[in-house]
Amino acid sequence: MCLAIPAQVVQKDGEKGYVNLGGARKEVMFTFTPEVEKGDWVLIHTGFALNVISEEDAEETLKLFDELGTIQDEMELENKNVEQ
Amino acid sequence: MLNNKKFRDPALIKKIVDDLNNWKKPIKIMEVCGSHTMAIGHWGIRKLLPPSIQLISGPGCPVCVTPSSLIDELIKLKGVTIATFGDLIRVPGKEETLEQARAKGLDIKLIYSPLEALKLAEKKQVVFVGIGFETTIPGIAQTIFLAAKQKQFNFSVFPAFKLVPPALDALLSTEDIELDGFLLPGHVSVIIGSESYDLLPEKFGIGGVVTGFEPLDILRAVKLLTNQISKDNPQIINEYNRVVDSSGNKIAKQIIEEILQVEDALWRGIGWIPDSGMGIKEKYAEFDAAKKYNITLKDEEGNTGCRCADVLKGKIIPPECPLFEKVCTPAHPIGPCMVSSEGSCAAYYKYER
Amino acid sequence: MKKEIITLGHGSGAGLTRKLISEIFDKNFHLPTLDDGVQIENRTVVTTDAHVVQPIFFPGGDIGKLSITGTVNDVAMTGAIPKYILITYIIEEGFKIDDLRKITESVQKAAIDAGVKIIAGDTKVVEKGKADGIYITTTGIGFLPEKVELSSQKIEVGDKIIVNGNLGDHTVAIINARQNLELDPAPKSDCASLNHLVQFMLKNGDVHFLRDATRGGVATILNEVSDDTGFGIIIDEEALPISENVEAVCGLLGLDALYMANEGKLVSFISQKDENIIDKMKTHKSGKNSAIIGEVTNEFQGVYLRTSIGGLRPLLMLESDPLPRIC
Repeated sequence: MCLAIPAQVVQKDGEKGYVNLGGARKEVMFTFTPEVEKGDWVLIHTGFALNVISEEDAEETLKLFDELGTIQDEMELENKNVEQ
Repeated sequence: MLNNKKFRDPALIKKIVDDLNNWKKPIKIMEVCGSHTMAIGHWGIRKLLPPSIQLISGPGCPVCVTPSSLIDELIKLKGVTIATFGDLIRVPGKEETLEQARAKGLDIKLIYSPLEALKLAEKKQVVFVGIGFETTIPGIAQTIFLAAKQKQFNFSVFPAFKLVPPALDALLSTEDIELDGFLLPGHVSVIIGSESYDLLPEKFGIGGVVTGFEPLDILRAVKLLTNQISKDNPQIINEYNRVVDSSGNKIAKQIIEEILQVEDALWRGIGWIPDSGMGIKEKYAEFDAAKKYNITLKDEEGNTGCRCADVLKGKIIPPECPLFEKVCTPAHPIGPCMVSSEGSCAAYYKYER
Repeated sequence: MKKEIITLGHGSGAGLTRKLISEIFDKNFHLPTLDDGVQIENRTVVTTDAHVVQPIFFPGGDIGKLSITGTVNDVAMTGAIPKYILITYIIEEGFKIDDLRKITESVQKAAIDAGVKIIAGDTKVVEKGKADGIYITTTGIGFLPEKVELSSQKIEVGDKIIVNGNLGDHTVAIINARQNLELDPAPKSDCASLNHLVQFMLKNGDVHFLRDATRGGVATILNEVSDDTGFGIIIDEEALPISENVEAVCGLLGLDALYMANEGKLVSFISQKDENIIDKMKTHKSGKNSAIIGEVTNEFQGVYLRTSIGGLRPLLMLESDPLPRIC
């Protein structure tokens, strides 16, 4: 379940701040993601940022799509699954 | 720049779909999560897959598995404002929905964030209906924490939380479940981490892929599951590692730990599942609407003849339920699979008749 | 409907509203048409519309402007040129006279913009608590130009379906205000009169049928047309004009812009030989973001949407207003 959408942080003042939501600013709580900085992407759900989204991993995933179905593909993922 | 649209690239999608269309062995994959169900419906993914790959919707919407007795109890409350997420108001109680009760004067406020309910409590007594899986629970726990800090005793939460791994455990433990793999809920996993599902391969020999909600995420997860199934090598894979790690969000987990404790929970259409919910700790009892208004839930679903539990387990398809279409329709749903706009029964009613 | 009571869903414009109309109103009135505007003698078109919006003032408009644009558009969709408006105010005791003045100035401005004249009206005041601030009912009168006959019966296989701009703006403006989403800048309603655009379209192409996509949104209209004509409709998701802002709010709340009310958008069915009308529409101030979103077909029945990844999904008629969801 659980609708959550990615949005970019535009301002952070401690626990509160703002993300860019389709061109508008929206206030969000960063209680669970104190490490975020302006410019980071976060996942938003019911007014809270749940986690930072790694752009690097997103790119990596997209790259993997191109090497579909190979043993390599699964190996890469399994390696990713060890503690990050 | 992080662009979700890249995860909708028709060329890449075609590549995976073509590949999946070579799959011959009939398999059943359950998507546990309501948002996956919605995404699968939204993108028309079922029609892209071969008939051999069947996607089944699990108990993945905390709103739909809310027992009718909770709705009945809320309707009885006098002199309070009930604050809730929007989709709860059409879930039927024994007699009526919150929406119908609102028409008779029940004070209901639809909100997007639990923080709004806390703000509302500055003016009146507010009961926030604590519906949600692990994704939603930390935000509500944090709101209780803030209420305690502000000494806002007008505010209370009715804990109707549900936990995914214990539900899967119970589902698979009951009897012969015919499932070959799981699409695991990406946003729940953001909080609890992908390691929370290790029991699936270890205890039941079924694998799962933690995945996101873009079409490429979902299709790729299906592809990864077929790889596993063909090699008979069930395991948990985290396809959504751009936002999920193995152990989850530690701070969110700490806040949950501070405010809530694991308890048994009542699931509509399934019954009581041990340790599959959360209640509010004694320390925060003043904010516990269950205690404040003396609410206990009863399992009253048992005698409707609804076979949602079997649908959820993949044992029967919706038309095999005696109530389907006859008594139970999207306009007058009886069981959770019809309550949800994208539940198995509702989907069958709309797309498969 | 024996023990049933009215819920907000009965006013949603979706399935419950249709049920109410067919089981209660039409049963008694035997209405000549279920369209919003109806032709009476001498090529005269009349329509009536009640407005109960909350908040009363919203970004991009207010209840006064809405009461004119809504009625002007209902007349305009028949192809008629709206001329006269009658207006009724129901005001709750305690309402600020200053706000009433503001709303009325807004009514007059919208009337001038649309080229209509307010010719009569009525006022009622009810006790405090018996209404929600202010309700406005407007009745519109217009005249059909010679040779203009629009009807769903004129729709043919191959007709192009064209909308005149972005979908969902009005609903998102209202949701933002009502749900305290506190988006900054606040999304604006698209509320606007479309009568000038309609006449411009009639001059530039073979228009078969028009509807304004208010309650229930574009998807509801398409379903009604598909039911009425027996034809299928296929919509292309890629072609739908939706702003970033609306898309984000839909993602946040799990809503679909195709089901959202608009207050300045029409859905038109145009003969396929005239699909170039789109280029002309884009030059009109009310049609800048016009788009061909789909077409009429006889290959299947019902309404389907081709998703941007090539999947097909049925676009169904909803029973009631879509609700924001968390899952």
